[in-house]
Amino acid sequence: MKILVCISHVPDTTSKINFTNNDAEFDKNGVQFVINPYDEFCLTRAMWFKEKQGATVTVVNVGGTETEPTLRKALAIGADDAIRVNTNPADGFLVAKELAAVVKNGGYDLVLAGKESADYNGQMVPGMLASLTDFNFINGCVAMEVEGTSVTAKREIDGGNQTVTTNLPLVVGGQKGIVEEKDLRIPNMRGIMMARKKPLQVLEPTGAAASTSISSFEKPVPKGAVKLVDADNLDELINLLHNEAKVI
Amino acid sequence: MSVLVFADSTEGKFKKTAFEVVSYGKKVAEQLESNLVVLTINATDASELHKYGATKILTVANDSLSPFNAKQYAAVLTQVANKENATVVVVDSSIDSLYLAPIVAVNLEAGYASNTVALPTSTSPFTVKRKAFSNKAFSNTVITTDKKIIGLAKNSFGIHENPAEGTTENFDAEIATSGIKSESIERVTGKVTIADADTVVSAGRGLKGPENWPMIEELAEVLNAATACSKPVSDLGWRPHSEHVGQTGKPVASNLYIAIGISGAIQHLAGINASKVKVVINTDPEAPFFKAADYGVVGDAFEVIPQLIEKLKAFKAA
Ligand SMILES: Cc1cc2nc3c(=O)[nH]c(=O)nc-3n(C[C@H](O)[C@H](O)[C@H](O)COP(=O)(O)OP(=O)(O)OC[C@H]3O[C@@H](n4cnc5c(N)ncnc54)[C@H](O)[C@@H]3O)c2cc1C
Repeated sequence: MKILVCISHVPDTTSKINFTNNDAEFDKNGVQFVINPYDEFCLTRAMWFKEKQGATVTVVNVGGTETEPTLRKALAIGADDAIRVNTNPADGFLVAKELAAVVKNGGYDLVLAGKESADYNGQMVPGMLASLTDFNFINGCVAMEVEGTSVTAKREIDGGNQTVTTNLPLVVGGQKGIVEEKDLRIPNMRGIMMARKKPLQVLEPTGAAASTSISSFEKPVPKGAVKLVDADNLDELINLLHNEAKVI
Repeated sequence: MSVLVFADSTEGKFKKTAFEVVSYGKKVAEQLESNLVVLTINATDASELHKYGATKILTVANDSLSPFNAKQYAAVLTQVANKENATVVVVDSSIDSLYLAPIVAVNLEAGYASNTVALPTSTSPFTVKRKAFSNKAFSNTVITTDKKIIGLAKNSFGIHENPAEGTTENFDAEIATSGIKSESIERVTGKVTIADADTVVSAGRGLKGPENWPMIEELAEVLNAATACSKPVSDLGWRPHSEHVGQTGKPVASNLYIAIGISGAIQHLAGINASKVKVVINTDPEAPFFKAADYGVVGDAFEVIPQLIEKLKAFKAA
């Protein structure tokens, strides 16, 4: 089984978010970039398929040279090789189109991608990629097994889970559950050494067009100070929630 | 030209977000001087949607579309969008809508703005405000394609009654092959879900252990609320993963969010910030959550919560 794991290069979850250039650009100054947390779950699942079922695992990112350390980290976790499509990931549609070209040329059976990325939170790349490649598609996947070309998976639904069956080739939008938090892999020294020698191929983009563009960013309006209520005066809390906030 | 709204339903019933997208679609249609068309699939009573401004309602009733299947639903939306010459398609942010919208975007070659929080600020260029960076910012996004899809963030626009007269017609959809077969569905019944709740009662590591959750559940019951928890609580197995909220868990956009024994880490706040009113109950006056909350009680949950339950019961009974 040939697996492709899509890796988004995103600000660490603790990052302060600021903008530059008249609020037209995200300010990368001082920001730590990491593998998108949702993609980390997918990558760990892919490692499991590699170890238990002899799969090969390629990781891919659509982005500039600055994303290579993130791809190297994925290699250090255990992916066999990496691909970077050398273009600015201007929007989800563009990224999906570039990925679709990689998928078609690479003959992958299974594509794993986080259902969401922690920067623009678009939640669209996996579904668009599945449609563009005409692969089957499971979103919000919280468990999956592959036997031959048959797949059994669980996806989260409102208030529960749905068990579904399908076949490869398949795109999966994954999240926590596809592996557990405690099973996430952290690169070790040996992995980091080996990653330096693993192939990282840079592909030129197909030149797909974006369908959206960001004209500016805004930050939320700062919040007023909290109103503290004495622990011995909970009637006041109820009064405030009822009469002032009107939420009970 | 038209604005097409997809009103999602589960087991025949609309969620509140369906009424919200209809309310929103009505206004977008006015802005664009277009017709509003509302599509429902296997809904029991589509006429409810007239209350929120739906004029033309198209219903698809077909057993092969039950349960939900993203590709098949997307194919129906695509057929309707083409037939009705829709330039804008509006969907909500339910799990099912998030699954189908990217497929519709490819089918229609439409730019898709998920997480939209308000009416378009301009129709030319077509610009919408969206949440970005896990609720830490907004982007003003221009959709540059002829056809556009807006994914409306939950509880961002609100439900607005706007009764309208209109028609309800059956749409004869062609059913696409799906590729995905549903084997079984497990759903907790009789409990409010985080996605649908007006109020969410959430508790963290300050609760010390899973044996202390009955009071959280009781508080939730009194408030007709969903229960939620912080990430470590689900990682420790005190509560199911489905209750984990925050940046890497479920998003919360309720009217009222009550955080008990949760410190207010940045990743937790990112996921719940879209809630309108936040109440924090914590022993530590320095807990970061107090900076993000509207109301706070510095106190021990084990003393505050039982009292709050009694007082709320009395309040509800009055
Ligand atoms: C990549 C990444 C993603 C993450 N995603 C998420 C996420 O999605 N959601 C999430 O929640 N976290 C997330 N986290 C974890 C986050 O950083 C915090 O560790 C977590 O939110 C802390 O949970 P907590 O508030 O329950 O526990 P703690 O931080 O331990 O806080 C417990 C609080 O309880 C209070 N307390 C103690 N006793 C009592 C009492 N008797 N009565 C009242 N209060 C009491 C304490 O004062 C303290 O403030 C993520 C972390 C990372 C690195």
